[in-house]
Amino acid sequence: MKMVEELLQQAPFLRLDEELVTHLLTTTLREEVEKAGFQRVILGLSGGIDSAVSLYLAVRAFGKENVIAVRMPYKTSSPASLDDAQTAIDDTGVQAFTIDITPQIDAYFERMPEADALRRGNKMARERMSILYDLSAAHQALVVGTSNRTELLLGYGTQFGDVASAVNPLGDLYKTQVRQLAAYLGVPEQIITKPPSADLWENQTDEAELGFSYLEVDSLLYYMIDQQYTREQLKALFREELIEQVAKRIARNQYKRTTPIIIKLGNRTVGIDFRYLRDWGL
Amino acid sequence: MRIGLAQMRPVLGRVDKNLEIHREMIQRAREEQVDVLVFPELSLTGYNLLDLTYDVARKGEAEEIQALVAEATDIDLVFGWVEHSPEHQLFNSALYASQQKIQYIHRKVYLPTYGMFDEARYFAQGQTIRSFMTRFGQVGLLVCEDIWHVSAPYLLAHDGAEMIIVLANAPVKGMQASGLGTKDSWYQILENHAQLHGLYIAFANRVGAEDGVTFFGGSAVVDPFGKTESTASLFKEELLVIDIDLDKVRKARFKMPLLRDENMDLVQRELTRIIKKRSGEGLI
Repeated sequence: MKMVEELLQQAPFLRLDEELVTHLLTTTLREEVEKAGFQRVILGLSGGIDSAVSLYLAVRAFGKENVIAVRMPYKTSSPASLDDAQTAIDDTGVQAFTIDITPQIDAYFERMPEADALRRGNKMARERMSILYDLSAAHQALVVGTSNRTELLLGYGTQFGDVASAVNPLGDLYKTQVRQLAAYLGVPEQIITKPPSADLWENQTDEAELGFSYLEVDSLLYYMIDQQYTREQLKALFREELIEQVAKRIARNQYKRTTPIIIKLGNRTVGIDFRYLRDWGL
Repeated sequence: MRIGLAQMRPVLGRVDKNLEIHREMIQRAREEQVDVLVFPELSLTGYNLLDLTYDVARKGEAEEIQALVAEATDIDLVFGWVEHSPEHQLFNSALYASQQKIQYIHRKVYLPTYGMFDEARYFAQGQTIRSFMTRFGQVGLLVCEDIWHVSAPYLLAHDGAEMIIVLANAPVKGMQASGLGTKDSWYQILENHAQLHGLYIAFANRVGAEDGVTFFGGSAVVDPFGKTESTASLFKEELLVIDIDLDKVRKARFKMPLLRDENMDLVQRELTRIIKKRSGEGLI
């Protein structure tokens, strides 16, 4: 795809072996889900590129009959996104539900009229999580995540909201790499080319809210995190203001990437020196 | 000589289930008249055990270990487990069993403890690197990271090994624009060591995943000229069977007598000097 190819030409170091990555992600996604005792998966489908890529990977891993997509619009959600999600559902042929979250969100905020857009957005993200986990139990389907590495590092997501999942195939892919994979997996073009948006309020776009483009920040993260460039070395390549802003965001949002702090009393404290993988015995 | 590489997927922390997987693989290998069947590193336990390390550790005389040793009748077996030593130290060990006896145990020397690896937190470091005689020839065992240290295959080659068996749990990391970086590095290392020392290398790697970390498989045999003779697939359980001709060791060493020309006295002298210098004892 032309747009994706142009992005990767500007940042060739972000390019991945898409066939091999797809093979790896689908193989391990399947193994991790099956080991947990599940045959099916469920995910929230917003109409954006991240959840679309998770959907297409899940369909490759489990077959369309074992994947459930859930659209959970609020009354202000973009109708175009709802249509884009439907296009992906039609294209993959998965089972789908649409649950309008307006009644429960409005019922809550009727009692909290002063709540700002951020609170409302976070509440919606957590409502969607809550629905997915309920449907997970109803359908014996594990919740697949849709947060990419850029978002996780920047903390651009809602704790216990869209960031929550049982297994996340996108968590080690920068946004630009999600775009590359989307093109490879045949995600409908309008989903790849439209400006990314959390769609928590009208006309929101990620890049306007964050103040930089994904290509720019992915490039910076690559040098900062993967290549471990020093601050001085980064300054030769990126705007100082951007470096500071991103470095702060990464550190400040570490809490979103960890489990809650437990205050140590004993000798074998959960999360500190009681150490086991989740795949314990699996 | 027919080698089998058991590219398996262990169950994390379940010695009982892994014993079953071993038995199934041994059965399949027997049907294919395999002489030596090699399992990956920690094949009886799984890899990232963390605190499970204490629970799955077994002494050499433990029932599960002896059960596998007893399977080594017409077939020799190489497998990995957490060894509980008489001093109550735990080792990441590889065992060679033949004719229902333990013929040799190699304790992993180089325990990766950086990045995603945390082995030295749990395991004690092995203290020997030696070759030993089998009914097929002189063999050396190494466990995964061991072979990333130049000295390990060097010592085995000069100790007479005609074949090095590497038990590995090599993971995928650092994905790039083409191919699997870690796999390419592994093959280069195996090929270089095989060629530089004129010996066979059999590489048994596991597959499957542990908490999102995928082990790539790709088990392989490299001949003494450094040519990869056969490889197993990526990410998939498989029994790779391959016939090797140990006479190739003679041919390779006649053609390139690197071992003959190696000056071990010089190496020893210089190492002694370097060690002294580093410890602050010596001069220069």
